Amino acid sequence: MMARVTVVVMPRQEVLDPQGRAVAQALRTLGFQEVSECRVGKVIRLTMDGEEADLRSRAEAMATAFLANPVTEEFTVVVEGEPA
Amino acid sequence: MRFAIVVFPGSNCDRDCHHVLARVLHQPAEFVFHKERALPRTDCVILPGGFSYGDYLRPGAIARFSPILEDVVRFAQNGGLVFGICNGFQVMLEAGLLPGAMRPNRHGRFLCRDVFVRVENAKTALTGRVREGQVLQIPIAHADGNYYAPADVLDEMKRHRQILFRYVDRKGRVRDEANPNGSVENIAGVMNRAGNCFGMMPHPERASEAILRSEDGRALFESLIATGGSR
Repeated sequence: MMARVTVVVMPRQEVLDPQGRAVAQALRTLGFQEVSECRVGKVIRLTMDGEEADLRSRAEAMATAFLANPVTEEFTVVVEGEPA
Repeated sequence: MRFAIVVFPGSNCDRDCHHVLARVLHQPAEFVFHKERALPRTDCVILPGGFSYGDYLRPGAIARFSPILEDVVRFAQNGGLVFGICNGFQVMLEAGLLPGAMRPNRHGRFLCRDVFVRVENAKTALTGRVREGQVLQIPIAHADGNYYAPADVLDEMKRHRQILFRYVDRKGRVRDEANPNGSVENIAGVMNRAGNCFGMMPHPERASEAILRSEDGRALFESLIATGGSR
């Protein structure tokens, strides 16, 4: 079956995120003073063909091997239709 | 000393490296295309600077899965010398040949200018012809050179003297103002524990001739040549 799987890659909390910091600064300049922190990551949307039970583990394998760098990034996998 | 220079789609310092090795230092040097599956007979592999695969996903992340990389990793595991410059350094980090990872520069800008780096360990194949504490003037040209490694990894690297270069001011002092990109502990270049894999963000191939204002980078290539190849 075809399914939509989303991998969200974020910089680890302990790792400096210059992009997020710049965006937060720009938001405050725009008047959104309530922003205290901003982190910028990536959303990778996959359309996958496979057994429903395997989708998550396959996507996690992709993220571990390639989509995220474990030294600086962490990831979460969201399988569409799966209870959150 | 035979050199093999890997060419990825988007490499742009491959010819500069070839020029320095072949024409300035008179060493046999050849290009190896990323689609090859085997290296030619060589003593040292150079992974050059550039923007392999457009830096898509992360710098070096896609190049790391190029066909040739499998043989480069094998070569390194057998003790062969591998030297990554700028994007080549990023590829080596992604491939796990060197510890750590790169983040975007702390001010979010692409930086292209001369920096000063201090030699932290002169007892390596890459630094045998420079002195410990010597300050080298070499240009950088990168947007993602903000080196990072977790504290426990850094401790391990220090124990084995794997930090090769630090960004310093003209007088050789480690200062935050002298750190162009935010690298942890001003780190500009590292090696693996075995001492045969090297990576640095500054471009020694752009500082190897008097006409280019600095010849400080040439000593690093001369150091590699002086080893005569490690296998």
